[in-house]
Amino acid sequence: MGTATQGSRVVVVGAGQAGVETAACLRDYGYVGPITLLGEEPTAPYQRPPLSKDFLSRRVDADGLELRSADFYADRGIELATGRRVDAILPAERRVLLDGGGGLGYRHLVLATGARNRPLTVPGADLDGVCYLRTLAEAVALREWLTRPRELVVVGGGFIGLELAAVAAAGHRVTVVEAAPRCMARVVTPVVSDHAEAAHRRRGVEVLTGTGVRRILGTAGRVRGVELAGGRTVPADVVVVGIGAVAATGLAAEAGLVEGCAKGIITDEHGRTSAPGVFAVGDCAAQPGPGGALIRLESVPGAIGQAKRAAAAIAGVRGTPYGEHGMEDERAPAVPWFWSHQGELRLQIAGLPEAYDRAVVRGDPAAGRFSVFRFSAGELAAVESVNRPVDHMAARKLLARSIPITPEEAAELTFDLKSAATARA
Amino acid sequence: MPKIIYNHADGTHDVVDAPAGTSVMRAAVTGGVAGIVGECGGQAMCATCHVYVRPERLAGLPAVSEDEDEMLDCAAAGRDSERSRLGCQLFAGEAFDEIEVDVPESQS
Ligand SMILES: Cc1cc2nc3c(=O)[nH]c(=O)nc-3n(C[C@H](O)[C@H](O)[C@H](O)COP(=O)(O)OP(=O)(O)OC[C@H]3O[C@@H](n4cnc5c(N)ncnc54)[C@H](O)[C@@H]3O)c2cc1C
Ligand code: FES
Repeated sequence: MGTATQGSRVVVVGAGQAGVETAACLRDYGYVGPITLLGEEPTAPYQRPPLSKDFLSRRVDADGLELRSADFYADRGIELATGRRVDAILPAERRVLLDGGGGLGYRHLVLATGARNRPLTVPGADLDGVCYLRTLAEAVALREWLTRPRELVVVGGGFIGLELAAVAAAGHRVTVVEAAPRCMARVVTPVVSDHAEAAHRRRGVEVLTGTGVRRILGTAGRVRGVELAGGRTVPADVVVVGIGAVAATGLAAEAGLVEGCAKGIITDEHGRTSAPGVFAVGDCAAQPGPGGALIRLESVPGAIGQAKRAAAAIAGVRGTPYGEHGMEDERAPAVPWFWSHQGELRLQIAGLPEAYDRAVVRGDPAAGRFSVFRFSAGELAAVESVNRPVDHMAARKLLARSIPITPEEAAELTFDLKSAATARA
Repeated sequence: MPKIIYNHADGTHDVVDAPAGTSVMRAAVTGGVAGIVGECGGQAMCATCHVYVRPERLAGLPAVSEDEDEMLDCAAAGRDSERSRLGCQLFAGEAFDEIEVDVPESQS
């Protein structure tokens, strides 16, 4: 390999959804220089969303989770190194230092380090039987715990906690403990929280809201229960903590790349950080959202979109590539969206969970199929859909193109959303 | 091993061997077949895995479910009443042993 190509190396740190997508898109966009993808996890890159859904319920196994086949990396000349951690970045020298010694020079560096579990810090949180669910290793361990009937307490009524509660409800006694007054409170409207809580209760899950965890009780180093803030003790032999994630910004912070943003590594809309040649994408990045304010997304579509834009910038592709590579239309900015699958509940959210002053319901919550349209100052801001993917798809178009729609229209089932999304464009 | 042939608009095609249980979407994404995205990971929630099944390969495929039906109406490329399917709902070894599909020009 000559110095010319060596000098054009792209190093991607973190072989998760965003890192793999960046490497793949670089080749799609015609980048010919060397690409090295470094991941600290020992396994080939895999998808995380099924960990709390189909993997936990044993509908798929680990080999069904892989993001790409082994041949994929080889065929495209992407050097994938798993079990390799980057210990430091030297932006002035354009080099990264690897664990176990050695370094690697780069022309472009892409930080795709993801997020880490927010740790539970109450007494007893280190007992045997307290687990988290982010990595494949953690999911394998949890699946192992659940091979026998258990008394399971889930700390945190967010997406991951509720997804795993829905799976575990078949065969285990499950209690969800949520400190906020309702589940998923940060991201969905009360109508959706109520609906979801009722659905989980029907499945036999005990949902306790507005109550924190005071400590975890154990015997001989093993979990035996959870003491709630109010004093009540819930018996447990497994406790899963799902209280959110924090951006993995350590490397960037040590290199002086994080300027006053505790939330994530700040970038422009192409993922460029303040250091020359250094990009950040995925869960670790705080990028300008549709409104221009910095947002940190924790979603697969967010990771994919950011990876595509960073790859396009590095490969020097003008404008935003789309079409063949599945890129969204460049005239329409990406609308953040997210999905969660909780038992029979298929929840989709389009837009950001920001302040709203009016929310209308389309469809019938009692029938288990409805959407909530949120408006802010008369404009559509976000749409939550429960088992109404068609509303969701239309909502993304409406939001992307800022197509006006009134709350009255949104709530009226005979009003054809899909036609409005295309006809009024 | 079951086989999937993906035909592209430019006249090229990819042939992928798919282990039983793998969907037309997963086989394409893991193998790097262009034009199939699979953003939602196969939950029938994004319609970015839309394919047109070749007419001679339609026999024996499972019926389109209600969810799939709704999503197909949302696909970026026009729906074909006979041939359009979501790639994530067709599984090798279950729906087919060998299948041939046309990849739409756009998924979003
Ligand atoms: C259980 C679970 C369920 C989810 N469900 C959904 C869902 O239904 N829908 C949805 O849209 N999103 C879901 N998500 C979120 C989604 O998985 C993430 O948003 C997405 O994986 C982000 O991709 P990423 O590449 O930024 O981070 P990750 O996929 O987390 O990858 C980051 C990788 O970087 C590695 N790394 C970190 N530091 C270093 C270093 N110094 N050196 C080398 N490697 C390093 C990490 O080990 C990790 O493998 C879920 C997440 C979890 C955990
Ligand atoms: S992968 Fe999303 S609908 Fe098929």
